[in-house]
Order: sequence, then structure tokens, then C-alpha cells
Amino acid sequence: MLQTISILLENKPGALLRVTGVLSARGYNIEGLTVAKTQDPELSRMTITVDVEERLRTQVIKQMSKLVNVLQATDMTESPSVIREMVLLRVKCTQEHRTAVLKEAEIFQARVIDSSLEGFVLEATGVTEKLDEFIDVMRSYGESDVSRSGAVAMSLETKKLRLQPPVPTGAGVAVA
Amino acid sequence: MPTPNVAQSKTPAGDAGRLMSGAEMLLECLQREGVDIFFGYPGGVTLPFYDALYDSHIKHILVRHEENAAFAAAGYARATGKTGVCCATSGPGATNLVTGLVDALMDSIPLVAITGQVHSKLIGSDAFQEADTFGITRPATKHNFMVRNVAELPRIVHEAFYLASSGRPGPVLVDIPKDVFQAMGHYVPVDSIHLPGYKVFTEGHAGQIRRAAQLIWEAERPFVYAGGGILAGAASAELTELVELVDMPAVCTLMALGGLSSSHPNFVSMPGMHGSYAANMGMTECDLLIALGTRFDDRVTGQLGSFAKHARVIHVDIDPAEVGKNRNPDIPIVGDVKHVLQKLNKAVQEFAPEMREAHAPARVAWWQKVRGWAEEHPYDRRHDPNVIRPQHLMDEIDRFSGGQAVVTSDVGQHQMWAAQLIRFNEPRLWVNSGGLGSMGFGVPSAIGAQFARPDKLVIAICGDGGFQMSIPELSTIAAHSLPIKIIVMNNGCLGMVRQWQTLFYNNRLSSVALECFPDVVQLAGAYGFTGRTIDKPEQLAEALETAFKTPGPYLLNVKVAPMENVYPMVPAGGAVYEMVLGPVEPVAAD
Repeated sequence: MLQTISILLENKPGALLRVTGVLSARGYNIEGLTVAKTQDPELSRMTITVDVEERLRTQVIKQMSKLVNVLQATDMTESPSVIREMVLLRVKCTQEHRTAVLKEAEIFQARVIDSSLEGFVLEATGVTEKLDEFIDVMRSYGESDVSRSGAVAMSLETKKLRLQPPVPTGAGVAVA
Repeated sequence: MPTPNVAQSKTPAGDAGRLMSGAEMLLECLQREGVDIFFGYPGGVTLPFYDALYDSHIKHILVRHEENAAFAAAGYARATGKTGVCCATSGPGATNLVTGLVDALMDSIPLVAITGQVHSKLIGSDAFQEADTFGITRPATKHNFMVRNVAELPRIVHEAFYLASSGRPGPVLVDIPKDVFQAMGHYVPVDSIHLPGYKVFTEGHAGQIRRAAQLIWEAERPFVYAGGGILAGAASAELTELVELVDMPAVCTLMALGGLSSSHPNFVSMPGMHGSYAANMGMTECDLLIALGTRFDDRVTGQLGSFAKHARVIHVDIDPAEVGKNRNPDIPIVGDVKHVLQKLNKAVQEFAPEMREAHAPARVAWWQKVRGWAEEHPYDRRHDPNVIRPQHLMDEIDRFSGGQAVVTSDVGQHQMWAAQLIRFNEPRLWVNSGGLGSMGFGVPSAIGAQFARPDKLVIAICGDGGFQMSIPELSTIAAHSLPIKIIVMNNGCLGMVRQWQTLFYNNRLSSVALECFPDVVQLAGAYGFTGRTIDKPEQLAEALETAFKTPGPYLLNVKVAPMENVYPMVPAGGAVYEMVLGPVEPVAAD
């Protein structure tokens, strides 16, 4: 089944690769992935959708948490959260279908980004299943091309961020 | 080791304020981390570092192949518990380290690897000897770094040492471009490590520990399954105390041998694919399995579904991801095994005598059962008057060692026989590549172990396959007159592969014969030390005694019965109680 994981990670070289690397090394298939900086430019927020057996979900979170650059990994599938995705869709349509396409777009609360003689570019956000329907409907009008963002997730609860405090080291003292 | 040839030594110790090069700064860091020896191989981009090293007191051992630098550093780490350090140049130097890094990752060995990288301006240009070391070694390490400028060098190096040795230990690589070695900067002492996402779980959950103690006294058939964490966590004394407090049988995995002395009355043996009958039956029939610093590896558990299926499980491990990975424990305890055992031992003693005695008769009966299994099917150490059986060889080595020698091994049949038949009466005497199973490990790891333990007899037991992967290091051994005793258990083939071909592939022996093994008298002689070949059982004791008593290195080639198989054997994917105890008719592969 699909598992959505939200990861807060340090914006360090290779950090993204470490996360995706662990998933692929342990045989979990990545279905979607989004990543961008947070308000703190040192940190990134990542949402990953993986296809994983139910019994392995805890293990995936543990493997993510083990990475040195990962500050927090949360299973959004289990906790109260909102998960949204965005789609940009270019659809070709004939003159007589233009109104119908716009009407359908309105139903899905999609916005028109570009309009040309050939057709439209539309933008929609929503849950994955709703966007699947939107894409199916638009396809029925003509040739279309789609770019999806992958899911982004936000927990509805404040999750306490538990960080490791600095650890004193003996290395500051020169060895005689 | 060249001595400083300038009147004013540039040794950077305690010279924190001085302007220094990145190369000198790295040496300053190593010195502050207490590194007095490391293993490596120089090259183009590490020239500035090796130039600075010329004036340093830190000893550098020039190996003959970078892979062996990593193995030697691992041997050093395994024999001491201290972090081993290795160094290689960019490109092929770094890629040659990779096997050693994965080996250390699999066995949780603290290792810091320093690699040179091409000049920052050339990175990404397919420059000479450029390889994406940072990318290649990411899945081969616990963590890795690339140093972007000299200012961050000290912080990164100290973080690398902290990561390598803390929590669940492992290899950490630091990739340093040539210009960073050359750049000038001030060493700023690093007095604390700040890695907010790196959590080390030390103390176990007090309530869980208390419940674990209760389960132990409630059990009628308790069994301890001790893993490499016992050595990594220096918890040998605590483990010994626990098994004595409850008087219960214990097994040590391949990684944990010596964690409980092999001569301790409560030590059963090694469990798993080539573990003893008693160990595997104990695992199968116990009602409480106490798993300490171990990861339920497939070579130990066999078929997971039928492993210890009557048992409740207490699992103590420092790595939360290991707890519940292969087996869901009844009592999971995440923490440092030493800390947890100290508390557990205390909790165990706090129970009222009635409680402790309640199941004492059952435990006595259980012990009788386990001892019965051990007597019924002991390991085969029989001698043959006409041919040297491999088991005879290990039996003799054991007799000479008396549980005291450091024994390194390669990978294969000889490794299993050594693990079965040689006693290790203290931790860190048994040095082998467990998880990764890297052939060519025995000789270079013995180099590291001998530098680490100059007081100890170090024996490298190799197969004729693994030995031939390490022949270049005979030069390193000779150069330093290391008194390593290399014993080649020579069966003329890749024994373990041959065993599987015999048992599971209709005895179709494909590419396992090792023809043209060199004449060891000439081979060792070429490096200036003694080599000898024996093939008669009556020569064995005398030959080993001579080898061990001869000062300096010694190469003893022991021709053994070629078709011996390691038993007991749990066929791959089988349940551990379905051991094959001795020779059977070959069966075809499905």
C-alpha cells in the first residue's frame, strides 16, 4: 500500500540522495517525491510516497530517522494530516468543446493558466484520486499532457521536533 | 618511518592558533582524536597531505593495495575497539576502499576513511583520477562528507570520528579536494559536536528492563543470543554476569565470539548455519530468547518463520531500526547494551528469592537438555592418521592458542571451522569478516591487529583462495617484520563453493579448483621469511609449534583433506533445527 512520509532534513549536500538511496537500497519503490526549502533555508521539507507492505511501514520510518541529516520523519498515513497534489495539464480541444472543457475545469476548481487556439493549460490541486478523475475527464476531450507535482503533506497536529543537543568532545583538547 | 629532518619540527600538536595548511590541519585533527597509526596508499591529490605527514609523529603504514588499507584499519579496530583510520587517493584509490567500507558497515566497525579528491575547480570535469567518491560511498558508509573549504575541515573530521565511534559504530568517509589540503587556515578547536538529527539511544526504557527481568525469572527455558553489539558495547563483563546470575545457556554469534569466554561453562557455541546442534536446538526449543546487540541475521535464524517459534523475545539493540526488523520482540529495548545489561542485572537481582527459585528446577532440567544435545552431537574434531583433516588443524591451533591468541580469518570453510573449534577466552581475539564475507580479509586484518596488539600472537587463518587475494601484503608484513603466523588451510579449491556444488548442484564442480598454488618456501623466501608446506598429520603439532616459536613472520601451508564439508549445516532457507549433521548423498538443485 502507499505510505506518505513527511521528512524534515538538513539542507546539506547529498541529503536528498541519502533519503532516496536508503529507500531504493531496501527495495521500497518511490511513487512520488517533492522537496523544497522551509522558512529556515538550512532545512528542507520532503514528502515521499512509497509503495510498501503494511508491516514494513515502521521500518521505513526508522530507516529514514537513522539518517544523520534527517531531523524528523513522520508517517502521514497514520496521523491526522492533509495531503495535496498539484497538476498542470495541457489539453487540445476543438472549437466546439471549449466551453465544455472550461465547465469541467470549474467543477474541479481548476484554473486556466494559458488559452490558445489549440486548447488550454489548466492548473488543479487536490487529493490524488480527485486529480486522477480530473485527468481522465480532460483526456476525453482530446490529446493531453500532464505534469504532476507528487503529494505534499502537512500534519494537522504540531509534532514536537526532538533534536540532539550538542555533545561535548574531547577533541578540543590537544593530546600531549 | 622517516624522522623529521628539520631542526624546528612542524608537528602541529597544540598549535591551534597557527596558520596552517589543510593537510596540517587534518593531522592536527587526527592527533587530537588520539590516532597514532593509520593505513594508506598515497597518490596525486594526497601529495600535500603526505608531505605534511613527513613531519608528523603519526605512523603511516604503506599497504600494497587500498582495499587492504581498509581491512587493516578494520583489523586494528576489531582488535582494540578504537576507531581505525585508512587513507587513499582519489579515483581508483577511493574505489578500492569500497569493499572495506561495506565490510565495516555490515559488521558495525568504527572506521574513518580519508580520501583525496581532485581540485575543487576540476570536480565534475572527468579530470584525471576523478571519481564521484561522495556518491559511490554514500551507501557504503554510515555517513560521508565532502569538505568544500578548509574552514570546515576540523569540524567535519571531528564529526566523522564521533559518528564512526558513537551509537552503532560504522565507517565514515571524508573526501578532501587537493586544494583544501593546500589552502591555509587556522585550526579552530571543536569542543562540541552538533548533529541535531543524529540520535544516540543509550539508556534503555526502565519499565521495559524491569519487565525483561521478570520474564527472565518466569522463563523455564531461557537462552541468551549474544551478538557483535556485546563487543562493540564492551559489555562482556555484564553479559557474563547475567548468564551467571540466572545460570542459563548462551550462544555467541560469529561476530560475538569471545564476548562470553569460550571456556565459560555457560557458553554453548556459535549458532546458525554452521552452528552447533546444541546452539540451534536451544534456539528452537527455548521459551525465552534474550537477544543482545544482534540483528537476527539470516545466517543465524535460517527460515525466520520457524526460528525460536516457542519463545518470547527480549531484544536489546542500540539501533532502533534493528528492533523489529526481522523479528517482532515481546520486549523491545533500544539502548546501549552495556548500560541496559547493567540495569537488567540489577533488576534481576532485585527479585524476591521465591520468584527467582520458582522455576529453578525447570531451568536445571533445561540445562540438562542443552548439555545432552551438546554431548549427543559435538562438533566434529576427529583426527585421521592418513590425512590432515581441516578440523584437526583447527583443533591443534586451538590447543596452542589456549583461547589467548588473536585469530584473523578469511571467508569460507576454514572460517567456519575456526569459529567452531578455536576458543576465544576474551573479547576482540576473533577478527573476521562476518556480514559481508569478504575474501582476502585475513592477512590485511592481521596486519592491523598485530600493530594494535604487538603483545599478542596473531594468527591469520586463510583458505588457499583468500590467501591468494592478499599475497601483495606479504611485502608489508616483511617490511615491518610483523610476527604474523599465516596458516593456509589448503584444500586446493574454493572449499565453501565446492561444498555447495557438491551438496546442492549434483557435485558438478564448476570453477572451484585452485590450480598452481605457489611454492610457499619460495614465496615466503622471496620476501625474506620462512615458508613451509606440510601434508602429514604427524607433522602438524611440530609444524605449528615451530611456526609460533619462530620470530618474525611465518607462512605455513597445510594441505588438508580436499573434500571435507563443514557440518552441521542448515541448508539455505531451511529451519535451523533441520541441520544436516554429517555427510549425505548429494542432491540435485531444484
